[in-house]
Amino acid sequence: MNLRMPHERKRRALGVYIAIAVVMAALTVAFFRIQVLGSSTWELRAESNRIRQLPIPTSRGIIYDRNGQILADNVPGYAITLLPGPLDSARATLERMSDYVEISEPQIERVVSTMARFGREVIVDADADFQVISALEERRAEFPGLYIEMRPRRRYLVREAAAHVLGYVGEITGEELSLSAFPEERYEQGMIVGKGGIEKQYEALLQGRRGLKYVEFDARGRIVGDFAGVSTDPGEEGGELRLNIDLELQEWIHQIFPDSMAGAVVALDPDDGGVLALYSAPSFDPNEFVGGIEQEHWNALNTDEKRPLFDRAVLGLYPPASTWKLAAAGIALDLGVVTPDEHMSVPCNGGWFYGDRYWRCHDAGGHGYQTLAEAIGNSCDVYFYQLGLRIGLDDMLRRATNIGFSRQCGVDLPQESRGIFPAEREWWNRNFNYSPSQGEVLNLAIGQGPNSQTPLKVAQFYLALARNGSAPAPTIARGIDLGQSWSLDLEPEHIEALREGLRKVTAPGGTAHFGTALEHWEVIGKTGTGEHALSQAELAEPHAWFAGMAGRPGEAPEIVVAVIVEYGASGSAMAAPIMAKTADFYLRKRYGIPIDSVQTYREHLLRGIPTPWYSARYAPRTEAPQ
Amino acid sequence: MIKVLDRWAVDSRLVFTIVGLSVFGIAMIYSAGAVHIPNPVTDSAWLRQSLWFGLALVAFTVLVRVPLRWIEWVAIPAYVISIVLLGITLIIGTGVGTAVGVRSWIDLGFIGFQPSEIAKLATVLVVARVLSQREAPLTSLKDLLVPAILVGLPLGLVMLQPDLGTAIAFVGILFAMLYWAGTPVALLLLVASPVIGLFLSYDTRIWSFYIIALIGFLYLYRYRLFLFESVALVVANFASATISRPLWNSLATYQQNRILVYLDPEVDPRGAGYQIIQSKVAIGSGGVMGQGFTLGSQKRYDFLPEQHTDFIFSVVGEELGFLGAALAISVFTYVLSRMVHLAEKSADPFAGLVLLGIFGTWLVHIFVNIGMTVGVLPITGIPLPFVSYGGTFLFMSWVAVAVAVRVAHEW
Repeated sequence: MNLRMPHERKRRALGVYIAIAVVMAALTVAFFRIQVLGSSTWELRAESNRIRQLPIPTSRGIIYDRNGQILADNVPGYAITLLPGPLDSARATLERMSDYVEISEPQIERVVSTMARFGREVIVDADADFQVISALEERRAEFPGLYIEMRPRRRYLVREAAAHVLGYVGEITGEELSLSAFPEERYEQGMIVGKGGIEKQYEALLQGRRGLKYVEFDARGRIVGDFAGVSTDPGEEGGELRLNIDLELQEWIHQIFPDSMAGAVVALDPDDGGVLALYSAPSFDPNEFVGGIEQEHWNALNTDEKRPLFDRAVLGLYPPASTWKLAAAGIALDLGVVTPDEHMSVPCNGGWFYGDRYWRCHDAGGHGYQTLAEAIGNSCDVYFYQLGLRIGLDDMLRRATNIGFSRQCGVDLPQESRGIFPAEREWWNRNFNYSPSQGEVLNLAIGQGPNSQTPLKVAQFYLALARNGSAPAPTIARGIDLGQSWSLDLEPEHIEALREGLRKVTAPGGTAHFGTALEHWEVIGKTGTGEHALSQAELAEPHAWFAGMAGRPGEAPEIVVAVIVEYGASGSAMAAPIMAKTADFYLRKRYGIPIDSVQTYREHLLRGIPTPWYSARYAPRTEAPQ
Repeated sequence: MIKVLDRWAVDSRLVFTIVGLSVFGIAMIYSAGAVHIPNPVTDSAWLRQSLWFGLALVAFTVLVRVPLRWIEWVAIPAYVISIVLLGITLIIGTGVGTAVGVRSWIDLGFIGFQPSEIAKLATVLVVARVLSQREAPLTSLKDLLVPAILVGLPLGLVMLQPDLGTAIAFVGILFAMLYWAGTPVALLLLVASPVIGLFLSYDTRIWSFYIIALIGFLYLYRYRLFLFESVALVVANFASATISRPLWNSLATYQQNRILVYLDPEVDPRGAGYQIIQSKVAIGSGGVMGQGFTLGSQKRYDFLPEQHTDFIFSVVGEELGFLGAALAISVFTYVLSRMVHLAEKSADPFAGLVLLGIFGTWLVHIFVNIGMTVGVLPITGIPLPFVSYGGTFLFMSWVAVAVAVRVAHEW
């Protein structure tokens, strides 16, 4: 082998020497460039200075309503940050700081231990008052390592009126940081994230990307300036979000909803299932949460027995009561067990014997013989007991489950309750340990029994009635297709028969006529009186329901509204006017008719305001005009 | 005087230069531990390193007296054992410090070591043995197959850990030894061509020019290669271009970032770019004269978690300035050149190949480690021989010194 020949080795060695020379020269040149030629850019200004990276917070995306009005935006805010340094000195700084900032001993320990563990800047107060900031700035020299960061602060312009749907923001928790929804590349300690509602649902869009800058510090922790060697990354602002919500409608509902009552209002757009309003009462001010809610206030919100933080519109489960009679009627029509014009064999005399008990109608005076529409108009229980029996328990369970009464609506919110409705007889065995008798169907047919729905679900059901029998998933963000929809699977003439029933409810003589008759619009819908454990024991009033739709007389409905007032006693007196006033506000705004706070026929009567429009529509003069 | 020293060191110039480097390393580790917020691990690292240095000198004293033929004989068993150890590492291996996710250590309880350190030396010995026993020159790809497999096996196992830095060191071993064994440079370039193609394939047009040039070159070179070898090369190039995209996607995000950051540190100034930027600031702050031993301000604030291991040279640059860094580079240059010089003088092919193999390892370690601190090369977790903190690494480097000196001076 030629390695034995010295001249060959010499030739090879020369090649290696050249390789060494090239490699080492390259390294030397690299050091020369940084240390000698480029030292002004890469060098720190003083020997004791150092550089640190600091985040640049970016604004959270602005949330607009359907008309481009701002629901949530940002205002300048200040965060007090402590830069890493010797731990003793950091502790001393914090203790001195506690004269100006509210900071407890455990908080000081937490800041120091976070610094010891991560060796990076720690946020002391994510949202400090301007007075505190000025006080600290004046005594800058006393606080080495203090860094005051400008960071946009969230502001909710509508306060209580849209608190539940918008949600709120708060500092990210350690638990959240470990979730895959908050990837490490984008989230870190001290960041502000959405905690509920739309803020949480669209967190990824609204958040944006934090920027980054390198700054030079002196030995006492004061910022000397931006570091020249590396350019600043400004980050990206959060994306804008436009909602289907109508801000003014939402505020209007907040205004008309009875102050002392709890409940919910859901308004949907029949065109696309867009959520026009989603209101839950009582409410809270989401601005209180920005920058950390005060413990006292938080405790008050959580211990309030009316549970203001609870979003009744999507989480509250209530017996749908008579609003659900439409579902029973729809199932019966589709099965062919009843026709719109026939009468039930037993007329309503205020009650009915079935099995071993007497089943009451809400009207002890009785309703006599009725067609389907009349029975809906009277909300006659005796009619619906018989209708339920005609359907039969098994078909009732199967059809209602297929329609979707035990599913979610699929709205774009982080949380939504699932409706409760038994899918099969087995359900009673599982939950109550007995086999259901055929009599259960009597309860189900009038919307009682093991049937609980959210106000949003009831609204979605009436949305289907307002359309061709199918309903898309209600969507809060504009231009988003949630893709989910449910269908009642009814013939058009059957839907028309159901609507005829709804018309009877609000027609003269119907249960909800006075509270729903409006000057410009036709309202149709159904009242409900939701009995619950407390009301059956006569300890509280039942829940008041009204669900329906409204539009120009004789034309397709343009808004669907479901209202529940907890312990509101009467669907027609309590819930129906709220529905009518909500619809009236929205439609007047839509057609450019000035808003009037006196809206329903009942309000006109109470105030003694003449109503020529009412006589013209409901009691036209019989004599021929001259 | 030299004679007296030679009695212990055998090759005083090389060995005492490396003693000097090791002492320099301990001093820099001491300095790297002198930070603002003291940390029990880095604080006393220099003491542990000194202890290991003592052990390394004992090992050197013994090993330098082992006859060359014994070293030659031990090559195959050592290689087999190290392959087995690498395999075991993949199963029971642990990560250490900042590289917790990498399974490269075997923890025996009282001591932990990296089998890949043993594997590097064992591979050098076994490849030297195979190549030195060969009489015919290496002229075709077929001739390179056996050494390539011998290196490829430990390399693959190291990649699975995954330890990219050490894997590159194995590539250095293979190319240095093949070159010394007389492989034509053109042939070595052809061997490297699929890897070159892999990187060029990010742009289709550049790759198209490259593959046309490669085929043209193969045509000119046609009398020196078998036809199937030429075809295999072209196929390998196409294959590497095809897998480049899936390969890139299969890299962990931190690995992708390191490569992207190398191309532009400001791509990710928060993550991987942070280290390069901090390292460059430390080096830049050193200026010509440096801030003075133990006085580096960036270092004092513990700017990098690995400043006593992988980024030790940033501390050198900050505290000793351009003069110190250039001097250190010169010393490394001298050590490397001395290795080549010894190989040149050595009539025994095995000895020369062992020297070049060890040389290849060190060259890669030095170039990649120092290069990454100034942003010339991407960040790979690879220590600087004799200087970076790491007991078993220092120890095995000294074992390599003993082997190198012994094989060079036995004639």
